[in-house]
Amino acid sequence: MAIIQAIWEVIDQPLVIFGVINGLLVTASLLVYAERKVSAWIQERNGPDRVGPRGLLQPFADVFKLLFKEDIVPTQANGFIHSLAPTLMVVIAMSTAAVIPWARTPAGDPLVIADIGVGLLLILAMTSISVYGVTLAGWSSNSKYSLLGGLRSSAQMISYELAMGAAAISVVLMAQSLDLFVIVENQNHELLGPFAWNWFRNPVGFIVFAVCALAETNRAPFDLPEAEQELVGGYHTEYSGMKFGMFFLAEYVNLWVAGLVVSTLFFGGYLLPWDPFFASILPPVLLTILQVLFFLAKVAFCAFCFIWIRWTLPRFKYNQLMNLGWKYLLPISIANILVIALGVALFHALGWA
Amino acid sequence: MLEPFLFFLFAVLAVVGALGMLISRNPVQSALWMVMTLFAVACLYLTLNAQFIGVVQILVYAGAIMVLFLFVIMLLNLEATPRLGGLDWKKGVAFVLGVAVLAQLLVILSLRLNAAPTLLPAAEAADATSVENLGLALLTEHAFSLEIIGVLLLAATIGAVLLAKKRFV
Repeated sequence: MAIIQAIWEVIDQPLVIFGVINGLLVTASLLVYAERKVSAWIQERNGPDRVGPRGLLQPFADVFKLLFKEDIVPTQANGFIHSLAPTLMVVIAMSTAAVIPWARTPAGDPLVIADIGVGLLLILAMTSISVYGVTLAGWSSNSKYSLLGGLRSSAQMISYELAMGAAAISVVLMAQSLDLFVIVENQNHELLGPFAWNWFRNPVGFIVFAVCALAETNRAPFDLPEAEQELVGGYHTEYSGMKFGMFFLAEYVNLWVAGLVVSTLFFGGYLLPWDPFFASILPPVLLTILQVLFFLAKVAFCAFCFIWIRWTLPRFKYNQLMNLGWKYLLPISIANILVIALGVALFHALGWA
Repeated sequence: MLEPFLFFLFAVLAVVGALGMLISRNPVQSALWMVMTLFAVACLYLTLNAQFIGVVQILVYAGAIMVLFLFVIMLLNLEATPRLGGLDWKKGVAFVLGVAVLAQLLVILSLRLNAAPTLLPAAEAADATSVENLGLALLTEHAFSLEIIGVLLLAATIGAVLLAKKRFV
């Protein structure tokens, strides 16, 4: 046992980093498969079913196809920035996962890559700079469709960031910390179980945050930056081959990240329902493993809901998008901050928290 | 130790970014160089154990302000700046003032160079810049300044809305 402990101390962080990066890359392609299958079910089709068992290898075939395609850079395009943009998209999307706590180790520490005290802020910061990828892709392609897509996307992401930040503040108020581990542990309750998680305690914040997270991923119904009917392909019109594949990858990594953040903030992160009860009957190592699995299940559920929404709702018009962001979500989330702040103050005054 | 090495690496990157911003002709490239500088400065804060300030630097400057800059540059579709023309009196004055500021900075730097830097222990430094202590300081000691800045920002926002309105009613 001591040897296992010693080995664990050395490989702990590199192992988590290795697992997270490769996990995100591989599962992103599985998510593509999931999206195609779910959309097929919703539209009463079969979806991909030729490559591999039940079509499971289809996304890998797609990736190989993209790898072997010719990489075309438009003549007037800015070559360096044209290549930089898709890379930025993927790197920024994946770096968000660095601050997510994946489980509680038997020692009681978070299982996390970078244990910085301001994890939630880092997530917001990464979200706010992820707009560079889309904007630069649109600008550097030297095409009006791309440029319009890029501009739309920056306007959209800036607008929804505000409401998202305000919804995140309400979570911070309840946990009284910006540390994601503390935010998760704050949702731990021995009697209420899943009803002590933030989706129940702070439903308005949850809805606003989920809508904004969806808008930040640039997916339908918020996919104006790439609205096919108006903008051909939007910001990635002029991309081909694996550079296009990088945008594709970034979209699905972003989808995972949105699921990760929503689960961490509102669905109790890695907590099992009635976690203290399980902690008392299960061996600690098993509990940690179960927590990771349970967390992944929650994230998968969130991702499924996002896919479901995409294939159910039609795209917003631009004015509707701006109305929703500025006239509804932002005031609602600011009012929610006041309500939550009063509630937290009341609970503290009554000595319940 | 890795940290002094990282500190100087990011310091050099910050200076390179600043130079690149000044030198490059294309406004979008200038903006991108500036983003690099802001990032490098944020990383400097991180190596100094000021995590909150480092992340806020990215969030506010790189994430919000520079995106807005980029947005405006792209919306106006600015051409590359024309080559510099001949000298006139404005450039002469600007040169003299610039040298004056540089001299001032150099004097201050030379005064501080002899003083040994006081390094706080990591835990103490992290504590001094923790969110809690910053929040307490802002809302107690500096509450008045904070309120004034709030009013200033509000006035600026109202002004911007007023300017953006098509008709003045």
